[in-house]
Amino acid sequence: MWAMGNLLYQLGSYILLLGKVFSKPEKKRIYYRQFLQELNNIGISSLGIVLIISLFMGSVVTLQTAYNTESPFLPKYLIGLGCRDSMILEFSSTMIALFMAGKAGSNIASELGTMRITEQIDALEIMGINSASFLILPKIVASLFFFPLLTIISIITGIFGGWLSVVVTGVIPVPDFNYGLQYAFNPFFVTYTLIKSTIFAFIISSISSYYGYTVEGGALEVGRASTKAVVYSSINVLLFNVILTQLLLS
Amino acid sequence: MIRVEHLTKVFDDKVVLEDITCTFEKGKTNLIIGQSGSGKTVLLKSIVGLIEPTEGDVYYGDVNFTRLSFTEKKDIRKKIGMLFQGAALFDSATVEENVMFPLHMFTDMSDEEKRERANFCLKRVNVVNANHLYPAEISGGMKKRVALARAIVLNPDYLFCDEPNSGLDPQTSILIDQLIKEITEEFQTVTIVNTHDMNSVMGIGEKILFIHEGRKVWEGNNKEILSSDNEILNKFVFANQMAMELKKARGNK
Ligand SMILES: Nc1ncnc2c1ncn2[C@@H]1O[C@H](COP(=O)(O)OP(=O)(O)OP(=O)(O)O)[C@@H](O)[C@H]1O
Ligand SMILES: [Mg+2]
Repeated sequence: MWAMGNLLYQLGSYILLLGKVFSKPEKKRIYYRQFLQELNNIGISSLGIVLIISLFMGSVVTLQTAYNTESPFLPKYLIGLGCRDSMILEFSSTMIALFMAGKAGSNIASELGTMRITEQIDALEIMGINSASFLILPKIVASLFFFPLLTIISIITGIFGGWLSVVVTGVIPVPDFNYGLQYAFNPFFVTYTLIKSTIFAFIISSISSYYGYTVEGGALEVGRASTKAVVYSSINVLLFNVILTQLLLS
Repeated sequence: MIRVEHLTKVFDDKVVLEDITCTFEKGKTNLIIGQSGSGKTVLLKSIVGLIEPTEGDVYYGDVNFTRLSFTEKKDIRKKIGMLFQGAALFDSATVEENVMFPLHMFTDMSDEEKRERANFCLKRVNVVNANHLYPAEISGGMKKRVALARAIVLNPDYLFCDEPNSGLDPQTSILIDQLIKEITEEFQTVTIVNTHDMNSVMGIGEKILFIHEGRKVWEGNNKEILSSDNEILNKFVFANQMAMELKKARGNK
């Protein structure tokens, strides 16, 4: 009962905070500068690691499918298809989102939390600036912009990783793999994954901002907020993954 | 003028401020003094609205600030310059960018003009050759001074300083005190300074409010403070050797 009340309370203050975030920006040019900075903080700094993860995941998915389906009745090209669709449908949006919940989420929460406890947020408020909007809006917009991009990049890299593993190990003939990549391609899957990653972007950036922005206390609480940001972002990503899949693919 | 009326602040069950009533005048340096933990910061933050008072009101001129909405408060806040106890500089910005920040937000100056104004203020607080350093790269006292430069960069009507010279050497302290006084007189600001430094009290205390355990115990100026017979105040004042000497010197005249 108490936990339920607490959850509702948090949901309420989360929504109130979003209300403050989405009120009218005061100086557009400054917001634009903040946005570019966040693009760098949240997006570009994650590019390298996303490339590496995607490359490895693409190849491991391909190899596993290949070794688990060594049956003469299954056409070899299915392995290419499997690699393509698992990257598009699940890996490049959901797995990358979970990864970003850890990286960007904790980063956002600890940055805002530190600003809160060192009175930097108060300093903004005292100048008459809507600190929630000023600090959080650029983070959300940058995430909305960059997550889908990361997803596309991850799909391409993952498929390349799969292809590379086929070339290197020779587990199946490369032409079979290539044929599978093009077989029965459903463009809606890409739309589906981009919708997912956009919504995940919002979930991660807004939830992490909420936990960071509302820190009270000291450095210890900032650490706790950062953990909460990761946990609750991840849970919500997984929850919405199910909901969106049911809505979009059924 | 700022008027505080019957201000009370309770955190959970703890009464931190109790029924404070006082006025702060324009063109004078008003000091709030008291021991560590007496409630100075809470009072100052209640005055600027960062802390919601449990009871009571704060008037800026004739406007009841406490009752204003967030958007209405904004108009007054744009005229406030505040120096926080921990400086509160933006970590991700350099010294110069920190001071230029209010100019970015609230003026249409060209970049050149902004830089000039920022450097002028930095010079006034005696910070030179640090423009491109980040807050993490400068000393605590320097942070305070940069924060003061940021607080005065827009020529505020209201200037609030929470312990502007804690952590500064005596020489720089005097310089900062004098600067605050100068600005107050020059621009006729309503200035409120929190301090527990007796040097500041004697130096710039044109109006002094002494609070003890959240209550106003004494009110006066730096001429009256040494001859007060309030016991709690005397304990506070004469804990400081310097003031003791002063009293002796006065007595010998
Ligand atoms: N957010 C808060 N929640 C609960 N208690 C608080 C809070 N802020 C301050 N207090 C309490 O209020 C009292 C006054 O604190 P305040 O910071 O105003 O002291 P101060 O006079 O500024 O001291 P110092 O000279 O050390 O800065 C302290 O006992 C403190 O524990
Ligand atoms: Mg204080």
